[in-house]
Amino acid sequence: MRGFLLNRLSQSLILLLIVSVIGFLVLNLLPGGPLAQFGLDPSMTQDDLERLKEQLGLNRPLLIQYFDWAWRLLQGDWGHSFRDGAPVLAVIGRHVPATLLLMGTSTAIAIAIGTWIGIRGATHRYSLFDYMATVGAMVALSIPTFWFGLVGIYIFSLQLGWLPAGNMYTIGDGSVLNYLHHLIMPSIVLSLVHVAIWSRYMRSATLDAIGQDFVKTARAKGLSERRVIMKHVVGNALLPMITLAGVQLPSILTGALVTETVFTWPGMGRLFLDSLGYSDYPVVMGLLMFSAILVILGNLIADIAVAIVDPRIRLG
Amino acid sequence: MVATIQPVAPADVALSVRDLTVNLPKGMERTYAVENISFDLKRGQILCVIGESGSGKSVTANAIMGLLPKVIRVSSGAIHLDGMNIVGMPQDKLRSLRGRVVSMIFQDPLSALNPLMTVGAQIDEVMTAHRVGTSKSRRGRAVGLLTEVGLPDPELMYHQYPFRLSGGQRQRVMIAMALALEPTILIADEPTTALDVTTQAQILELIRDIQRRKGMSVMFITHDFGVVAEIADSVVVMEKGHIVEQGSAQQVLKSPGHPYTRRLIAAVPHLTGEDRVPLETADKAPILKVEGLMKTYRSGSSLFSAQRVVPAVNEVSFDLAPGRTLGVVGESGSGKSSLGRLLIKLLDSDGGGILFEGRDIAKLSEAEFRPLRPRVQMIFQDPFASLNPRSTIGHILTVGPVAHGTPYARAREEAKALLAHVGLDAGAFDRFPHEFSGGQRQRIGIARALMFKPKLLIADEAVSALDVSIQAQILQLLDQIQRETGVSMIFITHDLRVASQICDEIAVMQKGRIVERGPPSQIFLDPQSAYTRELVAAIPGEQPGSTRPVAANG
Repeated sequence: MRGFLLNRLSQSLILLLIVSVIGFLVLNLLPGGPLAQFGLDPSMTQDDLERLKEQLGLNRPLLIQYFDWAWRLLQGDWGHSFRDGAPVLAVIGRHVPATLLLMGTSTAIAIAIGTWIGIRGATHRYSLFDYMATVGAMVALSIPTFWFGLVGIYIFSLQLGWLPAGNMYTIGDGSVLNYLHHLIMPSIVLSLVHVAIWSRYMRSATLDAIGQDFVKTARAKGLSERRVIMKHVVGNALLPMITLAGVQLPSILTGALVTETVFTWPGMGRLFLDSLGYSDYPVVMGLLMFSAILVILGNLIADIAVAIVDPRIRLG
Repeated sequence: MVATIQPVAPADVALSVRDLTVNLPKGMERTYAVENISFDLKRGQILCVIGESGSGKSVTANAIMGLLPKVIRVSSGAIHLDGMNIVGMPQDKLRSLRGRVVSMIFQDPLSALNPLMTVGAQIDEVMTAHRVGTSKSRRGRAVGLLTEVGLPDPELMYHQYPFRLSGGQRQRVMIAMALALEPTILIADEPTTALDVTTQAQILELIRDIQRRKGMSVMFITHDFGVVAEIADSVVVMEKGHIVEQGSAQQVLKSPGHPYTRRLIAAVPHLTGEDRVPLETADKAPILKVEGLMKTYRSGSSLFSAQRVVPAVNEVSFDLAPGRTLGVVGESGSGKSSLGRLLIKLLDSDGGGILFEGRDIAKLSEAEFRPLRPRVQMIFQDPFASLNPRSTIGHILTVGPVAHGTPYARAREEAKALLAHVGLDAGAFDRFPHEFSGGQRQRIGIARALMFKPKLLIADEAVSALDVSIQAQILQLLDQIQRETGVSMIFITHDLRVASQICDEIAVMQKGRIVERGPPSQIFLDPQSAYTRELVAAIPGEQPGSTRPVAANG
């Protein structure tokens, strides 16, 4: 187990290194460059720009810039925002809780509902429920998230007036209920596509497990059908789903970016789009690294969870 | 059709099946899985139900357990378990009988246990399901059961997960589980088919021993007359959903009445102990010479944790003359399949040499070996998995030769000729694999290998997945092909009886080494190594020294 952990950890570090190199290169090779924003200001002269370049160290070779940036990153200095000079980590830190809240809630919804639909679809295969779930999943998968968001706002905010159309809370009202009220629509919209994915995978994993010999053994023991399904089938079907949860993390993160924009949710997704617009490269790079760490961490946790749950890996 | 059934006093009968008919869903090859079958299992006896695949023996067992899939229905007849008719019984009542009055063990012990639960928890579950005992008494009982089925260190075994156990040990756990509530009837569905021959002998011994001690009634399903000869008190022979013959084991084995039974018994491969008449070839120089061949598997990651090193093939040397067949026999994990893959270079060796027609192919790169590949061909074990379901037979046969430069028209002519040669219709050329039975697919597999006019054929368990009667036909085909083409063969199998049918020489492998090598007469009648003796003694239904122990008059 310790060897396994160290192995995974070292793999993760190499992965982070690759992500940082690619991210840095792509960003710096894009036309425009970090100073394009300043260039739009008519009061800036060419000399001013050169001086800025010098100050920010942007006139050095790219390789040096990368190592300088990476070295500072390792020491905890993620640079300063071009926009307001605030430390990047602090800027990201301000936006992280909102994103984590949204992602966490919608992941929980996706797993709970998707698992249930998947198990029921598999145990009642080719039933009306199963067909409806299949069609529903196809619809949810083929319609983009922002469309669901806009339709949701139109129906539930504009027509019915039940739910707020955006933001995380009403200014001046910081109660938990107020937060929850604002959370309902974005988290459900973000979870839709993941409910669909999760339920399809869960259905096939459950069918795989039902076909296994040990399920027949369990029935031959005289166990109730409920116990056969809950204990023997679901336990084994959930095993591959843990890995899936790790793999799905980037897609939830991407989905959060879109959802946050639609619902003016003050999270990392909004920050990312805004920073890109301003060519705020330190913040963009910081966000890139932060989400890479988040995704790698998520997969690492999923791997460890599988290893803990599956005795063949834990003890083998 | 049905032999007369002696009326027995109901008290004598643990299980009685009367005129049972089980329907198959529409669109299957026949309407009934079983039709009008009747038999009795007397108390304290072992009844063997024997038949080939598709005979309906497993459906019968599942009907008795009340475990038939929803689409398969009992349409008429009665099944009396301990006097109660279970046909039409409500599900919850049936459930209370399962595991308590009637238990079942299955064919594949590797997949029959839940990988995520400890052995102890799985045994405990049977008792919990029927609300028997307290958690403490159940635990004691479980450990007692593990002791009873002869597992080492039962206290430790209780907390073990299945993946730590060998196949034989897992089958013992299954038996312990089935015995937990002292059922009246034990149904064993091919419980030893997936096991090595020595393990099979132990498990058969255990089942017979427990049956005697507890006076249990056992319904034992098998396809192997050797197993029947070992343990049966009475026998039911099934063919295509009908019972063609039943009676005492003595009677059915010694003087089978029905032609199907006679055919089945005749098809069972036996230890011949007689050497094959070797094929005379002009060229006597060995076609294959293997010297000190090595292959070691390393598992576990390299960087941070200790590696597990398994020597799969260890210093193996032998040679093979043209037109001869060498049998490689061993139990699972002996390295016989690894050896086969090394020889055809599907696997790279770690040391030693493979001299094919005098040239060392062990060290050749993939590109250098490719021109030689047509000359060494392989026949695979599973005729269902080894043919691409989306290709026509014609494509399967011609794609290789065409890739090696044969014009398509010629390849097609050769393929059609070969199909006829292996006993298939030339019309098979345009059909797909799913349209053929297992035996026919194996013929296609053989034709595919022969397309290249190979000098050496490697058959890896080529008949293991087939019914005995089909097995005999395929062995005959291979023998005929060898006599016609003079191809050399390496025949890898776990079944000594099969090896004795077709091999000029047999190499017995254990833990990666060849422990003994010699003609069948030596291996079976005068084995030199202790391991070979053990293997030969474990073959079911064979007494050492005799050539045809069961069914003298076939």
